[in-house]
Amino acid sequence: MQAFLDSLIRGWGHDPQTWVWTQLIYVAFMGLFSFAVINFAAVTAGIFSWAERRVAGRMQSRVGPNRAGPGGFYQWIADAVKLLTKEDLVPTEADQFLFRIAPYFMMVGFACVFVALPFSHRLVIAEMNVGVFYIIAVTALIVVGIIMSGWSSNSKWSLFGAIRSAAQIISYEIPAGMALMIPVLLSGTLSTQGIIRAQGPWPWEWYIFHDPASFAAFFIYFISALAEGNRTPFDLPEAESELVSGYNTEYSGMRFSYFFLVEWGNMWVMSALATTMFLGGWQVPFLPVTDAADKIAMLSGGWTVLAELASIAIFTFKTLFFVFIVMWLRWTLPRIRVDQMMNMCWKYLVPVSFAAVLFVAGWMLVIHAVPALDWIMRIVLTAGGAITLVMFWLRTLQNIKDTGDKFDFTSNW
Amino acid sequence: MTAEEIHAQLAAKFGERIGPLMPPNKDSWALVNKAEDLIEIGQFCKGELGFDCLINLSGVDWPKKNQIEIVYHLYSYSKRHQFVLKVQLDRTAPSLPSLESVWKSADWLEREQYDLLGVEFRGHPDLRRIMMPDDWVGHPLRKDYKEQASWHNIETTRESPLDGFVRLDDLTKRKAAATAAIVPAAEKKEVLQ
Amino acid sequence: MSEARRGTGPEPTMDMTNKEVMKRIEYTGDMLLNMGPQHPSTHGVINFLVQTDGEVMKRAIPEVGYLHRSLEKIAEKCTYNGYMPYTDRIDYIAAMFANQGWAMAIERLLDVKVPRRAEYCRVIACELNRISSHLVAVGTMSMDIGAVTPFPYALREREFINDLLEELCGARLTYNYLRIGGVAFDLPESYGDKVLTFVDHFEKILVEFNRLITYNEIFVQRLANLAPISPELAIEYCLVGPNLRGSGVKFDVRRDIPYSIYPELQFDIPVGRGELGVTGDCWDRFWVRVAEMRESCRILRQCIAQIPEGETMAKMPRKIKVPEGVEASVRIESARGDMQYYVIGGGENAYRCKVRTGSFTAMGIIDPLSRGLMVADLVALIASLDVVAPEIDR
Repeated sequence: MQAFLDSLIRGWGHDPQTWVWTQLIYVAFMGLFSFAVINFAAVTAGIFSWAERRVAGRMQSRVGPNRAGPGGFYQWIADAVKLLTKEDLVPTEADQFLFRIAPYFMMVGFACVFVALPFSHRLVIAEMNVGVFYIIAVTALIVVGIIMSGWSSNSKWSLFGAIRSAAQIISYEIPAGMALMIPVLLSGTLSTQGIIRAQGPWPWEWYIFHDPASFAAFFIYFISALAEGNRTPFDLPEAESELVSGYNTEYSGMRFSYFFLVEWGNMWVMSALATTMFLGGWQVPFLPVTDAADKIAMLSGGWTVLAELASIAIFTFKTLFFVFIVMWLRWTLPRIRVDQMMNMCWKYLVPVSFAAVLFVAGWMLVIHAVPALDWIMRIVLTAGGAITLVMFWLRTLQNIKDTGDKFDFTSNW
Repeated sequence: MTAEEIHAQLAAKFGERIGPLMPPNKDSWALVNKAEDLIEIGQFCKGELGFDCLINLSGVDWPKKNQIEIVYHLYSYSKRHQFVLKVQLDRTAPSLPSLESVWKSADWLEREQYDLLGVEFRGHPDLRRIMMPDDWVGHPLRKDYKEQASWHNIETTRESPLDGFVRLDDLTKRKAAATAAIVPAAEKKEVLQ
Repeated sequence: MSEARRGTGPEPTMDMTNKEVMKRIEYTGDMLLNMGPQHPSTHGVINFLVQTDGEVMKRAIPEVGYLHRSLEKIAEKCTYNGYMPYTDRIDYIAAMFANQGWAMAIERLLDVKVPRRAEYCRVIACELNRISSHLVAVGTMSMDIGAVTPFPYALREREFINDLLEELCGARLTYNYLRIGGVAFDLPESYGDKVLTFVDHFEKILVEFNRLITYNEIFVQRLANLAPISPELAIEYCLVGPNLRGSGVKFDVRRDIPYSIYPELQFDIPVGRGELGVTGDCWDRFWVRVAEMRESCRILRQCIAQIPEGETMAKMPRKIKVPEGVEASVRIESARGDMQYYVIGGGENAYRCKVRTGSFTAMGIIDPLSRGLMVADLVALIASLDVVAPEIDR
């Protein structure tokens, strides 16, 4: 972003190194971008809240919100207005200060992540050289907010939810972090843009199909991200059939909606991170961008803009696809129990993720010696992934046939 | 086993302590003469006769006979036969040994009868009210039960919300009658003029 | 916590109030959770006093009575026919069975022979209701485990049954369809075809339902081996119906104490076999309900094929009178299991009517079973016993 501002200042005919107002310009634009990012996060979360309800409605053979606007699209605005105008209740017995401040902790932890998340070839707020590390660190703020909200509510259900959440998020940080170390290891950088530049536009160039360990790491990351985002099957902190509503039981109005803003916004964060780390990010086919050569920048005039837009579209599509899968899982799977959740993390995911890191380190030595093995492994894994998808599709068709169901994409609008 | 055979075995074991088989009613039953024998008879029924389940325990209030009757419905899942035992208690201070030690299902069933009929089951581990609040007065299934007027300042009775309301039919009829009464009067006036 | 703080307090006595019992729990320094009466998954207004040490429960004491409407006292105040609508309220998820129990008890008192067509109408209505009740049971159970989608699926199918029953008797929840001596209305025109269409559709849905949730890995992990009830324990605590069969006891009142036209019908009695865990665990109880829905479909097919023409009401006097002191007990297989009516006649109204319901005795087993489970398991246990609050409290 600094490079962009520098070029802007140069365009005005000043030298950014010596011009007096450079720092002010930096600060002003920082404020502008922060505003844009927070709004992007909030609007995305709002739209996801609508999308989730529509997806849930479709999956549960009911309608879902379809009154406000086309397909009920403005429902999320109506909900936001409703939540804003609701009374902000604080229980008498609650710890007033902590109770009020807890949602902001969550909001901050969530919004800060967007600083390092890429959106396209050039669109990233700050291209940090410690991007991945920064994201992992900032996400941990959310758990502070959850514990504060649960503790300060002075309700046993909230406390239960908060303690569950703390145990869950802190445990799953480990496999998630280790799984994210694998792309870092492969690309040799912690910068999110750098990791994408190290991958290519085609599936066999992605890190998910790089080798068996990174393939496993992708799923470890995905499972851990579900757990960190409190999504089904790991929605124990807010299990409504057990804990009424978990850590946010006592909240109402806008403070309550912050919790859900964070939950839905987190879906974008986890999916965008998965896309960045394992699925080639915004790389456009036929226009690979690497550290050595930037094919998009080499295009001329209008084509650059078009390629830039294409990279935004590709990144958004991949991310939204994963958001949909997260929703799909939520409305399909039951919830696991708290001891099973811990077992899964400490007995399976943590050892496997450590082994995967070791394997990748060894594998890098092997392909350094025999480069042909690299390509063979990538092709084999990509073919395996494609076959799995085909099998999945056939199985779906068979299920539809057995139960006398049919495709119907047009109704319910 | 039929009811006669079961009763024969019971009578052979307990003799005078068990009453005769009462055939006239729909389910044959036998009376346990003394409530103190209940546990012994219950254990015999469970052990020798194979009645592994107490499926029902009810109490009946008979103010005319000044008695409260406790009725035990026994069923055997292993031998698929059933039998009914009854105990008659003094109505003023009904008290009998608990069968919770014999059949676990008696736990809640006895609590219910304690609550609704005021029968004391001696030796019950957790004899508390089950349906009514803990500080409720009286036992509702007694025939002479009178509800207390209020409970924690909550009225237990209220005026019928229908008092003072008139059915729509009646209202139209009344209106019709009223107009019918007015019209002749007006006619009369005209005649007078 | 130290042993010194862990005083046990006084033993419970007759005049001990709930508050004092709660005090006794707090003595130990554990956490006391009031699960209910307003809690999403207690299936009605029930309160559980849960004593927990972190996530692990030490004990869960059910507190019932919030829905007590003194239905047994009402039976002593109104006429035999007039009590029929009240029986609907005993168990509003499966109201037809409570109707049938009351009707059969009075018929037994009066020695009335019900016409065969009426018996078929009763069985058709009851089996439809059994399916709808089990759908609610399995749907809410999967929702309590955290899977939300099976619940709307189950309710969608239940809507079809509600429509069918509405066509039959004009009501969707509290049917009041049966009468003493027969049924209120004959089957409507081409009713059999509609039922068959539904059954054809529903059997396919059951396949889908099994694929969606019954054999779902997480679902099995949550429920298999959870709170197993041995057959001896189940009989000891007088568990009935699907809960008893889930423990592997092959007992069904329809088969073993036959009533109505059930002896003439072919159907299996599904029992829990410990397919994925121990016999009598929560998953077995869930599976028995799913399997029973399939058997009910079989019964419906046979009934539609065999139903004879004829009267639907026996000749009954306008005012039913039963001599005082005559008593009868009737057991029927309700959706929640063996439901027993014990009725003593007393002239124009019953002298005493005692209804022993499946949920009431099932509640008694929660306390001993809950020890050592986790809080999330208590929810699963309650759901697997399929207790319905009005049926407990009456």
